[in-house]
Amino acid sequence: MKLGDRLIVVLLAVSGLMLTASPYVIDTAPYEATMGLVQRIFYYHFPMAMTMMLSAIVCGAASAWFLFRRSERADHIAVAAAEMAVVFGVLTLITGPLWARKSWGVWWVWDARITSTFIMWLVFGSYLLLRRFGGAGSEVLAAAVGFFGMVLVPFIYYSVNLWKTLHPSNSVVPSLPTSMGIPLYYCWAAFTLLFVALMSVRIRLERSRGWLERAYRAVED
Amino acid sequence: MGVLKAAWWIARKDLAVEIRSRELIYTAMFFAVACLLIFAFAFVEGRTTIRNAPAGILWITIVFSGTLALGRTFERERQAETLRALLMTPVERPAIYLGKLLSLLILLGSIQVVVVPLVGLLFGAPILRAPFMLMGLLALGTTGFATVGTLFAAMLTRTSSRDVLLPVVLYPMSLPALVGGMQGTLWIFAAEPNYELVQTWLAMLVFFDAVFLTLALWTFAPVMGE
Repeated sequence: MKLGDRLIVVLLAVSGLMLTASPYVIDTAPYEATMGLVQRIFYYHFPMAMTMMLSAIVCGAASAWFLFRRSERADHIAVAAAEMAVVFGVLTLITGPLWARKSWGVWWVWDARITSTFIMWLVFGSYLLLRRFGGAGSEVLAAAVGFFGMVLVPFIYYSVNLWKTLHPSNSVVPSLPTSMGIPLYYCWAAFTLLFVALMSVRIRLERSRGWLERAYRAVED
Repeated sequence: MGVLKAAWWIARKDLAVEIRSRELIYTAMFFAVACLLIFAFAFVEGRTTIRNAPAGILWITIVFSGTLALGRTFERERQAETLRALLMTPVERPAIYLGKLLSLLILLGSIQVVVVPLVGLLFGAPILRAPFMLMGLLALGTTGFATVGTLFAAMLTRTSSRDVLLPVVLYPMSLPALVGGMQGTLWIFAAEPNYELVQTWLAMLVFFDAVFLTLALWTFAPVMGE
């Protein structure tokens, strides 16, 4: 086993163990009076959203790198990160409404943050759709989506925020609690490690796929 | 040849093709009218249109018919095998992009000349309340939408499922421009119009358009690469 492979196994094991232990760590946090047990979703929800953001940034940067430099490695990183962005995005968008239902009484609120997260998820979803159904050469096009998507995120957030603040709204959306305890940072670390581990596995897979394809082509020629 | 001059020639070529066939203008316009018909069933209660609906009706119709036109202009190039020739012309890539964008904007503008009065007529939208502001919103919003649209329609020309993928990619990406256009129009059409907010949205649209155009010009060359 090569050093890199061993590192992947270690990363997977550590993040797996940390996540297994996370309910116990979360249990040490004080019980929130109004939200009750549901409040504990936050310890997963927030790190997941952060991991999604991280994936989006990684995908965008790697896409730009691939677009302007045509580095195969960058393409592997971009596709892996886009998948992470979509997966963690789904998790964020599932855990969010669970929280919202208890906190605001509705499953979904068109609040600036939620709306822009949803749009961002759509952008990286379209990245994957493009790669999957675009046919030959779609990786360059997908890279443009990834790069464009990443750069646009602040503008999307800004425009949605402006839409919200300039729009008459009678639903008072309370701001999310800012007190972040040890469990939150613990979970955040665990999810970031999981992200790194899954990324390594996925990049490795993509690299092997590239090798296999080249080998096929060599045989055919 | 300067970039702008080359762009103008490409736009002229596209417009000449369109004027001869009138394919896009007819189909996109009919599609827009068909959209308006569907909206009538969704947003008209009894005899009056639901409050604040016309702005949305107008923009969704523009976006839908715009998507149709976007896909088709490049599809035409692909079918006639002229995209390769276009890319091989000894002009800079940004000129090709700008030329395509310009011809699309003229096309989308002429569709709006029909759609906007129709929305006013059929849904009772006060389109003459602040005509210059409305024109500004339409021009800037459409520019933002077409700026992103031209880039992605051009690059999708070479993919297999381009018709499906264009709206999937385009709608989330062009959202800031659409939000601006829609919200600005909403404040013109509102029972109590707020022109200060319209001006804010107009300024925002100028800003978004500049960002979109810079990004699109930057990515067009590497995307259309080989």
